[in-house]
Amino acid sequence: MDLGFVIFTEMLYAVASLILISAGLAVVFGMMKVINLAHGEFMMMGGYATITAVNLGVNVFVAMLIIAPLIVGLIGLVVERLVIRHLYGRLVDTMLATWGLSLFFIGAATMIFGNTTTGISTPIPGFTVGDYQVNGYNFFIILVTIVMLIAMFAVLKGTRAGLIARGAMQRPDMANALGYSPDRIYMATFFCGSALSGLAGAVLAPLVGLVPTSGGAYIAKSFITVIAGGPSLITGLISSGSFFGFVSQVFTFSISPVIGEVALLIGAVILLRLLPQGVTSKFFKGKL
Amino acid sequence: MDRHFGRDIATTLIVSAVLIWIMPMLLSTYTLTVLVIYGMLGLSLGLIWGFGGILCFGQAAFFGLGAYTYAIAAVNIGESTLPMILAVLVPALFAAALGAMMFYGRLTDVYLGVITLVVTLIFFKFMNSTAGPQYAIGNARLGGFNGIPGFQTLNVPGDPSAYIWGDSYFYVCAIALVIVYLLVSWLLRSSFGRIAVGIRENETRLSLMGYDVAARKTVMFSVGAAIAGLSGAFFANWSEIVTPNLFSLGQSAEIIIWCIVGGLGTRLGPVVGAAGLAYLKFMLGQQSMVNNTMIMGLILVLFVLFLPKGIVPAISGLWRISFGRKKRNNARHNRRNRARGDTHG
Repeated sequence: MDLGFVIFTEMLYAVASLILISAGLAVVFGMMKVINLAHGEFMMMGGYATITAVNLGVNVFVAMLIIAPLIVGLIGLVVERLVIRHLYGRLVDTMLATWGLSLFFIGAATMIFGNTTTGISTPIPGFTVGDYQVNGYNFFIILVTIVMLIAMFAVLKGTRAGLIARGAMQRPDMANALGYSPDRIYMATFFCGSALSGLAGAVLAPLVGLVPTSGGAYIAKSFITVIAGGPSLITGLISSGSFFGFVSQVFTFSISPVIGEVALLIGAVILLRLLPQGVTSKFFKGKL
Repeated sequence: MDRHFGRDIATTLIVSAVLIWIMPMLLSTYTLTVLVIYGMLGLSLGLIWGFGGILCFGQAAFFGLGAYTYAIAAVNIGESTLPMILAVLVPALFAAALGAMMFYGRLTDVYLGVITLVVTLIFFKFMNSTAGPQYAIGNARLGGFNGIPGFQTLNVPGDPSAYIWGDSYFYVCAIALVIVYLLVSWLLRSSFGRIAVGIRENETRLSLMGYDVAARKTVMFSVGAAIAGLSGAFFANWSEIVTPNLFSLGQSAEIIIWCIVGGLGTRLGPVVGAAGLAYLKFMLGQQSMVNNTMIMGLILVLFVLFLPKGIVPAISGLWRISFGRKKRNNARHNRRNRARGDTHG
């Protein structure tokens, strides 16, 4: 029973963290068809922003939930204006340029923070269930993910900005003809996407030792989750995140964590071979 | 066409002979060897991406696979000839299987990128986790993060005690690069190569004309992997150790940067890009003021933004503008051109 509970929460946590790390990428990809390969580095910078703010004496939750997303969002804005703006519609070129940016940020972070591992302690203590110790912080991550998904849904479905965003996603030319500049919509979207990446990096920062290259650990997973999710933003994220989280945790518990990771990757290859346009191109069509 | 190709071969041979003769006077052969090996690796991606239109994010997988195959086979066999052959065959067969899976599934651009990237990551993760003694192939322990050291390096075929190293190893690598380069030139001149370029330009059209696009792409992919595997084997010989870092994302990224900077769609571009940037990295590694990953990133961004065609096409364009006009005004040349139609170049 206790083991069942532990496995259940671990699985939920795996799914939540996959969704969390992919959200920023999914927003940018779903909206602008731009694959931001510097996404992992945006998360890394979110982590560093949190740790720096905490070391300066800011409350850890303020640092994680407000300061880090804002800082990374602003960096994203600068990047969009300087580089990505010129490359819209050229999928491969944006991938290469953002890959270059990711190397640039790794180098810059190494110069500023040094090639050493930094970290902060988790702000929420763990507790025991029967014979097992459970990390209380996992529940915080699950909570953040759920709130984030609800907020994304509410903004896209309930507000005027969301309506414009969804319109521009489907037909940028029509949105343009109706008087909404795609340039500004894209700029705002990229800001939101980067802020979400920063949030994810910040929330995960207490769990990992942060080094300038830690972005690389996220990029592949989030890239796979987004591509496998397909065209629908939120349902795509949830469905592919659940699938990969489930697969990797089943193999992690039954064999070993490394096999879990490898199973996730092999699962991705098979899934993409069967549904090359992503899960939501076939199921949940037309959903958000 | 044949006369043109003959002149192409002659130029290549003369230029490379001069370079092989001069370069060791300017740089140490130890550095030059790795530049040549990277040049070959760059050429492998330049072939499948620039001419086949297949953007592979995981060329490092074949490079690493070649290096590991060589190391494992060399430990078990104790002689280097068969391992070298295996290091070409294993990546080629692996790529053929992977390519068949992808191309018959009609996967294109981003999805292709994801899968090749994922395969590289699987190798990276798996090789990093093979530290225990249970992971061994024959006498070769895979060694996890530490890799496989101490295997038999390249020797004169049939005589395991006659090692090829130092200066002579450089000449072997350089000549291998020239041979591979000529083979690639020949492949691109053949009908297979011209159809491959056609597929890059318009896949639907070629398949409607009755060509088996998936099979041709698979073969192309496999040829690229074979070249990458060969360069991996040479690299293993050079560094005398193979580690999982050969499969890292950074390695894959670098190969792509070489191709972009050197120039896609040219044979020479990726070779020049690889050797040039590897040398730049080597120079930057000697100072500690600016981080060299940052500079590499900056170079890639600037090239994508301002010179997306790469250095070699830009220089040859410049050459044509400054020296080509005189030639074109030459009446005799003009007449010859007209007589031959538009087939030149």
